[in-house]
Amino acid sequence: MSAPAEAAALKRTPLFSLHRELGAKLIDFGGWEMPVQYSGILEEHRAVRERAGIFDVSHMGELEVRGPGAEAALQRLTPNDVSKLVEGRCHYSAFLTERGTFVDDLLVYRRGAGDFLIVVNASNRPKDFAWANASIGGDAEVRDASDAWALLALQGPLSGSILARAAGEDPTDLPYYGFRTMRVEGFPALVSRTGYTGEDGFEIYLAPDAAEPVMRALLDLGRSEGVLPCGLGARDTLRLEAKMALYGNDIDETVTPWEADLGWIVKMLKGDFVGRDALARQKAAGVTRKLAGFEMVDRGIARHGYAAAAPHGPGVVTSGTHSPTLKKPIGLALLPVADTAVGTEFETDIRGRAAKARVAPTPFYKRKKEATP
Amino acid sequence: MNPEELHYTQSHEWVRIDGDIGTIGITDHAQKELGEIVYLELPEVGHLYNADDEFGTVESVKAVSELFIPISGEIIEVNRAAVAEPGIVNDDPFGDGWLVKLKVTTDDEIRKLMSADQYAEYVEAEEKEK
Repeated sequence: MSAPAEAAALKRTPLFSLHRELGAKLIDFGGWEMPVQYSGILEEHRAVRERAGIFDVSHMGELEVRGPGAEAALQRLTPNDVSKLVEGRCHYSAFLTERGTFVDDLLVYRRGAGDFLIVVNASNRPKDFAWANASIGGDAEVRDASDAWALLALQGPLSGSILARAAGEDPTDLPYYGFRTMRVEGFPALVSRTGYTGEDGFEIYLAPDAAEPVMRALLDLGRSEGVLPCGLGARDTLRLEAKMALYGNDIDETVTPWEADLGWIVKMLKGDFVGRDALARQKAAGVTRKLAGFEMVDRGIARHGYAAAAPHGPGVVTSGTHSPTLKKPIGLALLPVADTAVGTEFETDIRGRAAKARVAPTPFYKRKKEATP
Repeated sequence: MNPEELHYTQSHEWVRIDGDIGTIGITDHAQKELGEIVYLELPEVGHLYNADDEFGTVESVKAVSELFIPISGEIIEVNRAAVAEPGIVNDDPFGDGWLVKLKVTTDDEIRKLMSADQYAEYVEAEEKEK
């Protein structure tokens, strides 16, 4: 067994001491000392699929964009159509380079006519702020408000009923990707019906001081129903089963939305935005590679960075793990477009051993929608 | 804790000697560090190894770790039950979760391995470095 390397001088969220108290195993995640697991990744994963789980994701960055020109600025800075985003809704979008590749993927919340909150990846926060600040133009300003926000994700089929008890109001009337302010355990919170697990769930934005009492209350309210604190390990297996991209793994400054199979966040007809010309050129020339889901045919887990050899050329595995729900290895790979049809077989290089994989339908896991009464 | 009769490596494997047969596994500390094990890659019977050779991998949801053979020998048995249900290694690392058995080539190498007490001290020192 080889020992993992340790790093120093890590940032901590307001929930750090609670994680310790709950027996979390802590790791360096993009410069943050974060829980990778508490009771175990498989158990936490199952809790979210069957009951509910609570994640500390306070390391995420929050940028506030405000001013009379805020909407116009975000129309230019992001590829999704902010003019269609009504107050009380958020949408998935990105910051792109002039080459049309990902600076970051993010959520844009419209809080008012000229008032937006942008939620970005922790490791990209300084880069995102610098990038947005440099490009924002007049009549709007961007502020890095990350230190003013803690963030809890309550995910799983029981999350609505648990949050209702903590908030004293029913959050399940929120549509998917809707949000509003409410009090949770008496603390002011912005609650959105969003998540990164493929389950119904909520993300709860709080003042840092409120994070610990709220997390304790949610754990207490859910304890008898088997609700668990969950770490980044389960977050990764859950998001991969739902085929949600992870920045730094599946997308980065070398990958465009077309290649990442995220073309739906690009609204070419809305007008100009950063990266649009490059995306138009790539579309006209033809996209040559694309992110595809796969499952293993041979034994083994093909992980991030492992080489792939497909019938029409080389590729690369961008994410790979053991799927706790399917109980088999799954992953995502950038492959030649001609090799992304479901059923296509290709070879992965697992530490020097050739192991066959097959393109699989995605998402790997899709929750059953409840019948609306 | 760590059984007294076993010999331990710095890479967190153990070996039990019965005559000229060595049974090899990973320690309780190792399985705890890894988390839930989902995949084991182990050699075929008949493979010959020198001490410290890589003989397989153990994989949890999050991480892959190489396995190193504590002493030289020929693989005579592989724990098929553990390959089929790797969780056994988490549940019983010193018992049913053993990995391979080998026919020991030489007695000399055992003396270089750690006793249970020495291994406990080694783990403690390693933890402090973190």
